[in-house]
Amino acid sequence: MSEHDHHDAPPSPYLRNVRSAEHDEALAAKVQKIEALLTAKGLVNKAALDRLVDLYENDLGPLNGAKVVARAWVDPQYKQRLLNNATAAIAELGFGGLQGEHMVVVENTPQVHNVVVCTLCSCYPWPVLGLPPTWYKDAAYRSRVVVDPRSVLTEFGTTLDENVEVRVWDSSAEVRYLVLPERPEGTRGLSEEQLVKLIDRDAMIGVKKVQTS
Amino acid sequence: MNGIHDLGGLTGFGPIAQDEDEAVFHADWERRTFALNMASLAFMGPVDRARHAIERMNPVEYLATSYYEHWIAALVTMAKDLGYLTDEELETGRVAATKPLPHPAPTAEMTEGLIRHGMPANRADAQTKPAFDIGARVRARNVEITGHTRLARYVRGKVGVVTAHHGCHVFPDTYAHDQGEHPQPLYTVRFEARELWGENVTRRDCVYIDLWESYLE
Repeated sequence: MSEHDHHDAPPSPYLRNVRSAEHDEALAAKVQKIEALLTAKGLVNKAALDRLVDLYENDLGPLNGAKVVARAWVDPQYKQRLLNNATAAIAELGFGGLQGEHMVVVENTPQVHNVVVCTLCSCYPWPVLGLPPTWYKDAAYRSRVVVDPRSVLTEFGTTLDENVEVRVWDSSAEVRYLVLPERPEGTRGLSEEQLVKLIDRDAMIGVKKVQTS
Repeated sequence: MNGIHDLGGLTGFGPIAQDEDEAVFHADWERRTFALNMASLAFMGPVDRARHAIERMNPVEYLATSYYEHWIAALVTMAKDLGYLTDEELETGRVAATKPLPHPAPTAEMTEGLIRHGMPANRADAQTKPAFDIGARVRARNVEITGHTRLARYVRGKVGVVTAHHGCHVFPDTYAHDQGEHPQPLYTVRFEARELWGENVTRRDCVYIDLWESYLE
């Protein structure tokens, strides 16, 4: 597939700015009605709703994954445990739970680049990365990254040598994948805490490399 | 089912729209939709049922709506299927009938416990020995499946190599339909790009995908 194939496609409905204000208002009214019905029927607990929002907005996010990666970069024994049994090694740092019950960490090297997708829905390792970004759930990413991963990576600014093997991980079961990115050159003097700040979500999905600036 | 959700390998959806706004939720109704789905899990049942509810959306609507609109569809479909909500109630917003609940809704503490501890899909007591060794060449079966499945269309009939065993995992094809957990060995299988996409493909790419034993031969 080449560049020109992309341009005439309709805009993604997944982005907020594509929905009209009227549509957003209608959805808000619909959800409010459903919430009132489910609450009245005793199917949801109001405090539980608030707790859920708080957990995913303020606690479970890519900072957890960054801590896992930084630890693996500074501690070779931890890295080995992480590659052997990711669920247990991630639990050592206090992370785990829903959508992270069966973790596998895949390591990027100069020869191999890994990238993660869920073509069938949008499975994603919630305890270490939080809820997925919009583009990860979008048809454009889910459809194309398996058949043409290099064009997807290029869109994210990641150009790989053609000798590098690209491995796409399609999360079709309850196993969840986290990419262990390569530690960038020139970071030898940085502390674990400083490294954590360099590691962003997209590098742990595998669409980008970790940058030092 | 061969649904619109099964997107792997399609092309023509355009560039990937990277969202400048990194907020977890982009509108309050998204926030409420996420929370409502998660808070009612104890009544709605397995995640496989929720996935299948989304798969059953009208395909045109599926493509034209956003992720959390899919979650609204799943919530409404499951609540109706299970007799917790009716079309009339959704229309009027007034409770017409109340189905007795097996237990109260989980509290905030119970819900946080679920998030922190998760719901493992493996079943350690299911001791089925994997039929395929690591390194074995396997073919993903080409079979007609009318209900829920995680056997993506793009691997059906294709040959790959087993790279990992994950123990026995609950089988979504039955679990989504209240037909039991039927745990069976789960594998990761590696497929070469050339095998999946055509003999003219020269790229050194491959796809690793998780497949249950009965998907393989």
